[in-house]
Amino acid sequence: MSDHIVKAYDSDLAQLKSMLSEMGGMAEEQLAKAIDALIRRDLKLADSVIAADQLLDAKEIEVEERAVLTIAKRQPMAQDLRNVMVTIRIAADIERIGDLAKNIAKRSHAIYDGIPQRLTKGLERMGQLSQAQLKLVLDAFASSDADKAMDVWRHDEDIDALYNSIFRELLTYMMEDPRMIGACTHLLFATKNIERIGDHATNIAENIYYLVHGYMLKEQRPKNDKTSVTPFSSLNND
Amino acid sequence: MSFKTVFTPAIPAIIAANAPKIVAQDVNVYYGEKSAIKELSITIPDKAVSAFIGPSGCGKSTFLRSINRMNDTIPSCRVTGKIAFDGMDIYDRAVDVVELRARIGMVFQKPNPFPKSIFENVAYGVRIHGLAKDKVDLERIVTESLQRASLWDEVKDRLAHAGTGLSGGQQQRLCIARAIAVNPEVILMDEPCSALDPIATARIEELISDLKQNFCIVIVTHSMQQAARVSDLTAFFHLGTLVEVGDTDAVFTNPQEKRTQDYITGRFG
Ligand SMILES: Nc1ncnc2c1ncn2[C@@H]1O[C@H](COP(=O)(O)OP(=O)(O)OP(=O)(O)O)[C@@H](O)[C@H]1O
Ligand SMILES: [Mg+2]
Repeated sequence: MSDHIVKAYDSDLAQLKSMLSEMGGMAEEQLAKAIDALIRRDLKLADSVIAADQLLDAKEIEVEERAVLTIAKRQPMAQDLRNVMVTIRIAADIERIGDLAKNIAKRSHAIYDGIPQRLTKGLERMGQLSQAQLKLVLDAFASSDADKAMDVWRHDEDIDALYNSIFRELLTYMMEDPRMIGACTHLLFATKNIERIGDHATNIAENIYYLVHGYMLKEQRPKNDKTSVTPFSSLNND
Repeated sequence: MSFKTVFTPAIPAIIAANAPKIVAQDVNVYYGEKSAIKELSITIPDKAVSAFIGPSGCGKSTFLRSINRMNDTIPSCRVTGKIAFDGMDIYDRAVDVVELRARIGMVFQKPNPFPKSIFENVAYGVRIHGLAKDKVDLERIVTESLQRASLWDEVKDRLAHAGTGLSGGQQQRLCIARAIAVNPEVILMDEPCSALDPIATARIEELISDLKQNFCIVIVTHSMQQAARVSDLTAFFHLGTLVEVGDTDAVFTNPQEKRTQDYITGRFG
């Protein structure tokens, strides 16, 4: 896209974009650390994640203020307007991802009984998937690549599917050994949080689509999360 | 020679929803040898506001003036093609131009009240077109017109004072009162707010959205925000061609043509 007649307008938009990239980088790091802390039950690492969340919160406010100022000063139109609006929405999604990472980190404190080996594997895979999705969607934003964003959008199903199977597995453990209920419940919340991080990544993908095309994605995202309709009785018949 | 205007969307909703008031087909306007409007076709919907936007010199005023044959007053100016007003060809020889301009009124960029009283400014057109039954009726029309132009409260105690003694914004509203007093069907406005402060501008914009209940309004403006605020249909002109026409909401959020996008986002002058 060619430059604005007013050069300062270009630098306003460029600055918004770089602030958002920075936020994205922070969220990626928080998520990686949180999952690592949970799996290895590294409480020091967990605490550092919990403490660093406020930096992400502060950054979101900064991005929002910048965006509002840009609207007031430049009165953006068309693609520029979408750009600013999408920046505000993506910043909110990234901030939520940060909150969820913090919550995952908090769970490490609660799981003192240790995690069954098999579960750690699933958790690890889910963590890797969500991190890959987040990275990809942030790349897609940096390059305004709607196709890449749509890849992320479609692959959220994989996270949902994994969450499904971990969910069922956790329930089975709990039924077999009630002493596991405490740890498993926390793990259930942690995996649910990872699943929701995937949802935020798809929100970001939808916003990139809107930014590039100028209209909202009409398709419904393929959902593979069946946990809210899984009855206990079904678990024995696998 | 043919040029294709882009429609955003393919049939703008406001054109589909409202009756067509003015339909221009393959209109060309020349000043001597120089072509100022090229192969322009557009349907202007009734009871709606249509905005003409585009860089200076692109032909907005030229086309606007061709809608009520104001261009007739410029000797070198020649118009070809067809402009229909309620289905009637306005360039037909049988058309009474004075009557046409009463039905298609115009408000200019610079307020141009007559050097007469505020009352007379509004009453003049009503009288020459014989629209008032008697003196009482005339007073009623003048009062109502000033009220509709939201000027009444400011001038009701000095109707005999000169119209030229009003502030710029008041003069512009006086010209609008004068234009609506003769009960036109279409009001053409060429940059009506360019000399006004934000408050007077807001008043005129409020008036425009009020007037569109009953009139077909066309406004030329250099303010993208104003076009976005007041209009239902936006037409983007460039170098004498109509580049893109569409529902205002669509044009300002997602224009199809690169030239439209560049212009409304401030990327070229
Ligand atoms: N009376 C005239 N005689 C000769 N050429 C004219 C006349 N009026 C306008 N033009 C030319 O026709 C072209 C279109 O002018 P027009 O006034 O319609 O532009 P515009 O879009 O209204 O510009 P602006 O935004 O500056 O008012 C310009 O190149 C202009 O120089
Ligand atoms: Mg003009």
